[in-house]
Amino acid sequence: MSPEMIRLLAGATGETLLMVAISAGLGTLFGLPLGVFLATSGKGELFAAPWANRVLGVVVNATRSTPFIILVVAIIPFTRLIAGTSIGTNAAIVPLTVASTPFIARLIEGAIREVDQGLIEAARAFGASPLQIVLKVLIPEALPGIVLGLTLAVVSLIGFSAMVGAVGGGGLGDLGIRYGYQRFMPEMMLAVVVVLIVLVQALQSLGDILARHLNKRIRHA
Amino acid sequence: MVDIENELRHCCTAESDALMNAPLGYLNDTALQRLVPAEAIVRLESVSKVYPGRHGAPVSALDGIDLAVPQGSVLGVIGRSGAGKSTLIRLVNGLEKPTSGRVIVDGADISALPERALRHARRSIGMIFQHFNLLSSRTAAENVALPLEVAGYDKAAITARVDELLSLVGLADKRNRYPSELSGGQKQRVGIARALATKPKVLLSDEATSALDPETTRSILDLLSRINAELGLTVLLITHEMAVIRSIAKEVAVIDAGRIVEKGDVFDVFTRPQHPVTRSFLADETGRALPPYVADRLRPEAAPGTQAVVRIGFRGPHATDPVLARLARDLNIETNILAGSVDEIAGRPCGTLVIGVPEASLEKTLTFLKHYGLDTEVLGHVA
Ligand SMILES: Nc1ncnc2c1ncn2[C@@H]1O[C@H](COP(=O)(O)OP(=O)(O)OP(=O)(O)O)[C@@H](O)[C@H]1O
Ligand SMILES: [Mg+2]
Repeated sequence: MSPEMIRLLAGATGETLLMVAISAGLGTLFGLPLGVFLATSGKGELFAAPWANRVLGVVVNATRSTPFIILVVAIIPFTRLIAGTSIGTNAAIVPLTVASTPFIARLIEGAIREVDQGLIEAARAFGASPLQIVLKVLIPEALPGIVLGLTLAVVSLIGFSAMVGAVGGGGLGDLGIRYGYQRFMPEMMLAVVVVLIVLVQALQSLGDILARHLNKRIRHA
Repeated sequence: MVDIENELRHCCTAESDALMNAPLGYLNDTALQRLVPAEAIVRLESVSKVYPGRHGAPVSALDGIDLAVPQGSVLGVIGRSGAGKSTLIRLVNGLEKPTSGRVIVDGADISALPERALRHARRSIGMIFQHFNLLSSRTAAENVALPLEVAGYDKAAITARVDELLSLVGLADKRNRYPSELSGGQKQRVGIARALATKPKVLLSDEATSALDPETTRSILDLLSRINAELGLTVLLITHEMAVIRSIAKEVAVIDAGRIVEKGDVFDVFTRPQHPVTRSFLADETGRALPPYVADRLRPEAAPGTQAVVRIGFRGPHATDPVLARLARDLNIETNILAGSVDEIAGRPCGTLVIGVPEASLEKTLTFLKHYGLDTEVLGHVA
């Protein structure tokens, strides 16, 4: 590979990581409270609000069932509004965040629902408020599951970010399409794929290690 | 080991002695009330609880419960699965609201408190659970600290209190262990320490020993007894095991299908059970179950060549031998001992003896035994 190619590859990797990091961060920022709310607002639960729960559930499902590439196109006006443009790395962050928020919310909801109901019962019994139960019981107990969920979300975002590349979003996907496909440079295509594989592997391992470290439910040797 | 003689002397205060030696009729309500201190820290007044049935008819879990738990006492509630025990105990700390009736704890009407005041009131009502319900992500010390953090104590106060509590339950050396690194008994000790963190006046125990082996159960019950005695904490515990009640409670209420069917002093209820449910709970207790070789041959009617099987209940410090010896000497009636045991309930000795009596002498024998104030029951006849 030429130094020029390596430079391009490094730049694109940086762009991808930036897009994924920012959209995962924003997705978590919005998805965490949303997930907590979804997990605790059912009938008879801590913040019982069955109607709001149902409405949000439908919105989340609708967003998640829209194919990502259609979502990207569908929200272009919104993307322009936020990022000022609809092409480039910054613009790509908008649809990535929109797509990852409901995904992360569902993953966090799932992790929180795994927490033993007995712990909520115990916390209520010693006088904890619903908010204290969320902050001091549910989130800490669900943390290993949340970390695994976020790892899954980040890995999916890497895939999605490659897809926004196809519509001028920058990053590794963009590089792969422009050089590997349009200019027919198979070695560039291969390099992009290898970098993506390495990224996904590394992030997944990191997430697994972190989750295992946080999980005190099993005895460590 | 228990020093029996000392134990006997200990239990024979004038009052308990009078009760023990009294004929059946004496054991009326006024006599019981006299033994019970008047103030009740927990009081349920005609409490009923109906759950809206998920599918179909509503479930009536409790129906007209009246129950008073005297300050400083240990009251056990026993009942079969589904009897309404958990519902009852969850009413006391307001985890459940009664459909009708009132729940008074330490002068406050728990059933009517707004949410915020209720949370505050719960700090003076500790609770322990069958499955411990400890946070797996927190160490023993951090679990005990949690109610204190929630109550807004400062760091230094929390550290001091946690150390004190872990020492109390004998886990000072396990403070940095996670629940997954502790045995069941140790987890329940952490649960107890956590329940005591905010210095409650009442401790609720929902089947706290049901997941533990007999030896560990013993040690946990001993700890609860000690806490009751040393801290003056009132304990309300529910269980489906008679053994738990007899080793710790002073008073017992038997609950069946949402109603209290029998209640009173543990010793009285155990030695003179009135309700069939109570009897069925006692059936497995040592000394009450007939040995198979007798049970298998037992029949309801007397026949030529049979002898009557009589159970004698000894309550309190009656020597067993002189009664049978006197029976032989005074009435010239010879009996066979078929089964028997001497035991201790709520710290007072009691015994059961199952004897075979010649049919012809049955009436005389029963009259004789009753004369000595002993409980008798004809169980049947064996060849
Ligand atoms: N949340 C609920 N919704 C509907 N029915 C309930 C609910 N909780 C309890 N019940 C019903 O109320 C009755 C009493 O239940 P409860 O849990 O108090 O019994 P229990 O004596 O504690 O039984 P166990 O020994 O099995 O724990 C049962 O018939 C049960 O099915
Ligand atoms: Mg129960």
